[in-house]
Amino acid sequence: MRNLGWLRLPLLLTYAFLYIPIAVLVILSFNASKFPFKWTGFSLHWYDALFHDAAIRQGFINTLIVAVGATILATVLGTLLAIGIARYTRSALLEAYALAPAIVPDLALAIGLLVFFSFIHFTLGLHTVLLAHVVFGMAFVAAVVTARIGQVDPSLEEASRDLGASAVSTFFRITVPNLAPAIIAGALLVFTLSLDEFVIAYFTDGPSTPTLPIVIYSMVRFGVTPVVNALAALLLLVSFTAVIAMQRFARLSDAL
Amino acid sequence: MTNPSSTTPLVQITDVSRAFGDVVALDGVSIDINENEFFALLGPSGCGKTTLLRVLAGFENPDSGSVTVAGQDILALPPNKRPINLMFQSYALFPHMTVEKNVAYGLAREGLPKDEIRSRVSEVLVTVGLTDKARARPAQLSGGQRQRVALARAIVKRPRLLLLDEPLSALDRKVRVEMQLELKRLQHEVGITFVVVTHDQEEAMSMADRIAVMSQGQVQQIDGPVDLYQRPANMFVADFIGSSNRFAGTRVFGGVDVPRIGYLPGEAQEGSASQDVVLVVRPEDMRLVDESEALLGGEVIDIVFYGGSSRVALAVDGHAAPVIVSLQGAASVERGTTCYVAWPAAKAVVLESPA
Repeated sequence: MRNLGWLRLPLLLTYAFLYIPIAVLVILSFNASKFPFKWTGFSLHWYDALFHDAAIRQGFINTLIVAVGATILATVLGTLLAIGIARYTRSALLEAYALAPAIVPDLALAIGLLVFFSFIHFTLGLHTVLLAHVVFGMAFVAAVVTARIGQVDPSLEEASRDLGASAVSTFFRITVPNLAPAIIAGALLVFTLSLDEFVIAYFTDGPSTPTLPIVIYSMVRFGVTPVVNALAALLLLVSFTAVIAMQRFARLSDAL
Repeated sequence: MTNPSSTTPLVQITDVSRAFGDVVALDGVSIDINENEFFALLGPSGCGKTTLLRVLAGFENPDSGSVTVAGQDILALPPNKRPINLMFQSYALFPHMTVEKNVAYGLAREGLPKDEIRSRVSEVLVTVGLTDKARARPAQLSGGQRQRVALARAIVKRPRLLLLDEPLSALDRKVRVEMQLELKRLQHEVGITFVVVTHDQEEAMSMADRIAVMSQGQVQQIDGPVDLYQRPANMFVADFIGSSNRFAGTRVFGGVDVPRIGYLPGEAQEGSASQDVVLVVRPEDMRLVDESEALLGGEVIDIVFYGGSSRVALAVDGHAAPVIVSLQGAASVERGTTCYVAWPAAKAVVLESPA
């Protein structure tokens, strides 16, 4: 921060631009007033209302099912994909195609998946959202793990084999522990992305099992209530926790 | 050195070839390595020595040829089933394990009882002098210490054969000289056959009982360090090991006839007369003599003092490269004066000219 001089001002403005909306949201979630834009006093009323809203609770459970399931599947598959590409092919083309779903527009992916699911007559529901989230989740995990593999000495695995370990034993004792920081960081990334993913879920979900973002969307269509503020504040807390945890692991991975 | 004819060799590498696309890494390599021998594979980078090491360890399969260890064909075995361990050039210590766990890794994979693992690990840590670092992580160790952990991890398995890939290249010069002696002492102590791969001729000469010099996938010569130095089998070996003065000419009885210089004596070797040959004389085999005994004479153009010895460069008429003479201590000659040199015929080797 030394000698920043007048550059402090744009820095301050940038951060204000980034964080004032979030701060307003969090503050208003504690507002006693029924009207979202008028402060009348501190209250936890809307958090109470939130926890008693059946639609939101069900939406949250649905979202958790999708996020946890997608995270597990995407982490396992994405890690294996990254290792396979790095160790067995070294094909730049395969690597590009593995990472592409992470940058393909959500809308394109959403429409594509919807068309595909209809084409094979797959009933839409949480399982289709979960699979859809695995598609882009895998790409993110593969990207993070690929970056880490480049830093791991490939002779570690050979050394393990040389010392008498089988290929499977080497994978679990040497490969996975050395990639663990990246695998965990990738998993947290997929979890946070899946948690508030709207576009793809909206296209691939069935009508009876809305995920939380879809529930919120249908709520705000009829006007923003402070319940939504409270919910958004809670989601923020979950996401921040995940991001901080991810950074911790990333730092751990640098330290190794 | 042991008498190789009395026992069958521990390792028999027979006619091993390996190509990567158009690049021939190994071209009909045959080497026998004896039990308890300290053997070196020496050559410039790309000569195939590392490929041969990886064939022995099991990370590379030869296209043809056979490799046996103690009479057993090992090519069919995966790396984890071979009675061979490799010390990697990068050391390949497991960063997520302590020194102790690194060393115990191989024994644990054998399924040995915990007590035996513990006693063998502490024993080998004493051998390499790292008992106080048992609980440290590799990242907390110096280069020399890491190398010892890598060595401990390999020898604790008590392999029939230990392969070392450029074991000293990651160390700075002073530590390197220490570790050369250390490796030799350890090899004696643990009684394991060592095969070390190196591009550093000094390293190979100072440690190995026998050295195989390799170039372009082929073995050029296998001999003890002294024979290799004094009796190079061809021009490649003469060039690669030590420095030498070379005089190209045609073979005559008892030496070589060099154009524009004349007859120079050399060790007579088989070959037809008037064949194109090169006479090789080591700088330290040349001595300063009076004009009457001189084989060559020339003006001193450069003197370099190394402390224990000096090198004098002579410009000899009719010879393009300066003739280098190595002398004990400080040189008694001065730049610009004319000096005369000679050498015993037995110290000069006559080699076929490279094609």
